[in-house]
Amino acid sequence: MDNESLKLKVAEYTAKVEKASAKFPERKNLEYNRLYTPLDLEGQDYERDLGLPGSYPFTRGVQPTMYRGRFWTMRMYAGFSTAEESNKRYRYLLESGSTGLSCAFDLPTQIGYDSDDVISEGEVGKVGVAIDSLADMEILFDQIDLGKVSTSMTINAPASVLLAMYIAVAEKNGIGPEKLNGTIQNDILKEYAARGTYIFPPKPSMRLITNIFEYCSKNVPNWNTISISGYHIREAGSTAAQEIAFTIADGIAYCEAAIKAGLDVDAFAGRLSFFWNAHNNVLEEVAKFRASRRVWAKVMKERFGAKNPKSWMLRVHTQTAGSMLTAQQPENNVVRVALQTAAAVMGGTQSLHTNSKDEALALPTEASVRVALRTQQIVAYESGLADVVDPLAGSYYVEAMTNQIEAEAWKYIKKIDDIGGAVVAIEQGYIQKEIQESAYKWQKEVENDQRVIVGVNKFQIEEKPIEGLLRVDASVGELQKKKLADLRAKRDNKAVTAALVKLEAACADDNVNLMPIILEAVKTYATLGEICGVMRKVFGEYQAHATL
Amino acid sequence: MEKRVRVLVAKPGLDGHDRGAKVVARALRDAGFEVIYTGLRQTPEQIAEAALQEDVNVIALSLLSGAHNHLFPRIVELIRAKGMTDVLMIGGGVIPDADIPALKAAGISEVFTPGTTTTTIIDYIKANVK
Repeated sequence: MDNESLKLKVAEYTAKVEKASAKFPERKNLEYNRLYTPLDLEGQDYERDLGLPGSYPFTRGVQPTMYRGRFWTMRMYAGFSTAEESNKRYRYLLESGSTGLSCAFDLPTQIGYDSDDVISEGEVGKVGVAIDSLADMEILFDQIDLGKVSTSMTINAPASVLLAMYIAVAEKNGIGPEKLNGTIQNDILKEYAARGTYIFPPKPSMRLITNIFEYCSKNVPNWNTISISGYHIREAGSTAAQEIAFTIADGIAYCEAAIKAGLDVDAFAGRLSFFWNAHNNVLEEVAKFRASRRVWAKVMKERFGAKNPKSWMLRVHTQTAGSMLTAQQPENNVVRVALQTAAAVMGGTQSLHTNSKDEALALPTEASVRVALRTQQIVAYESGLADVVDPLAGSYYVEAMTNQIEAEAWKYIKKIDDIGGAVVAIEQGYIQKEIQESAYKWQKEVENDQRVIVGVNKFQIEEKPIEGLLRVDASVGELQKKKLADLRAKRDNKAVTAALVKLEAACADDNVNLMPIILEAVKTYATLGEICGVMRKVFGEYQAHATL
Repeated sequence: MEKRVRVLVAKPGLDGHDRGAKVVARALRDAGFEVIYTGLRQTPEQIAEAALQEDVNVIALSLLSGAHNHLFPRIVELIRAKGMTDVLMIGGGVIPDADIPALKAAGISEVFTPGTTTTTIIDYIKANVK
């Protein structure tokens, strides 16, 4: 059939079904067409737009073999209470077939406060593990071979300090930094825009990040120095296109900062990694993953002139959407997570965390974490979804959607360029505002029954309170305080003071790379709060203006 | 003309999850309330002071970090100490059912958990504000 007759046929079909579907008003608000045909892919060029897996523009995946080589890394985000408790959970996860670690830190750690700081009260060990000093880090990784495991750390503002502690623990165990594998999140821009654990203002924050890029390129070559994160932007309420657009705009800002600091793009770009959300709309998500790889490849090659193909690749960790879990009928979350897992896998992720069914209520229990991990294993070994590279390529819908999300993302990136880049767009509140609009729209749709959430606004039942949730012992705070008092009494306090004085001077000199100095400081058992305290003193703190 | 109800939407503690707080704040504003949003990382003292300065009728606390058992009662205490006995205090976030009775005993009138509609919150405030 030629295009002209296809157009006529499609028009005829549309007229017919429009009439019939007038009876179904609640399916009216969908953003996508009912039917996709070759007409939606007019102008697509296979070589230019898709290519082969492992080749520019990487739409079909960053490795040639994808999961026929090896599965994605099954990496479960975990951490709570003390280093001792979390170490137990890590070893349990590794024994259960997890193939990488992912550390969750409590809020005081993420914001650079010690457990005995008054501001930390009530928060110690709650959303992650409390790490006050190298002593805690030694316990956290006790009996875990850092030369073999890869470790992802969700740490941003104080990323340099936690990375330094990790390097120091490894060194104590005879493992050199060149052997370390892992990731620090280290993405401050999305903290300002969506996640909230910032400390310092943008300028010194960007300096810390470029210091890490530079240090790692020379000393920790296999480390992913940043995980540029759309996950939290999506959790805060953005759309799929906004998720990748705002994140890639952040990525552009990091590249510009590093290049401005004198780094060669190919020296650091290969170690940049990304972090996507696997949301509910399975095929839209697959298209999002594919579109994001194509956009980033073009950014790196065309905008930054990167020469090394590794610099063009968007490698991504994924987490299923926490905000889509429901507190109502929580068993249903197992199904949601399974579908989100399918999306991430068909989208070609490099590693994946799957949420547990009880996480709309509390941190997950060991039993529910097992089901979440098993979900990945079932998708990997039983579903067949991992058997073929980029299995949805060529679907009229998925290809059209990939194009549509890409086009939308470019529009946002252009807009942010016009504003003056991601840093300025965040300072002006533009990105936050866009995310809030989308979040509010979503909530309205749920409340108007335009969007059905099973068990929440339809198919509800009377439920009893869920029992057997994980509870973090309230004594964690006291325990950490005591550990800190012992540490401060035992360590060589002269060495600590000297290291902190040196750090303060270095912070004040923009030409110094802070990483080696922070590493020296952590080795004296200076605490996280002391180190960040010095940086706060020199750098000041970020003042967010709340927008509604 | 009847005075508009003033609501302080506050984020106590170190929690950065503000999607819910902002959605609720906006829904309250659209429902005709006067809304003041504190932004992130407010200490109990800052929240109590803001409530006093802004002369609010309602304080809506949002917390998803698990620190509610510590922070919510502390805020009630400070509010009462400032003599604001008429202020309606409500809370929301990832809060296990098991914690709710103690929070209510401490002076939080109602706790709204995930899946609550903004309409439910609006209706509750209208029915209970003094």
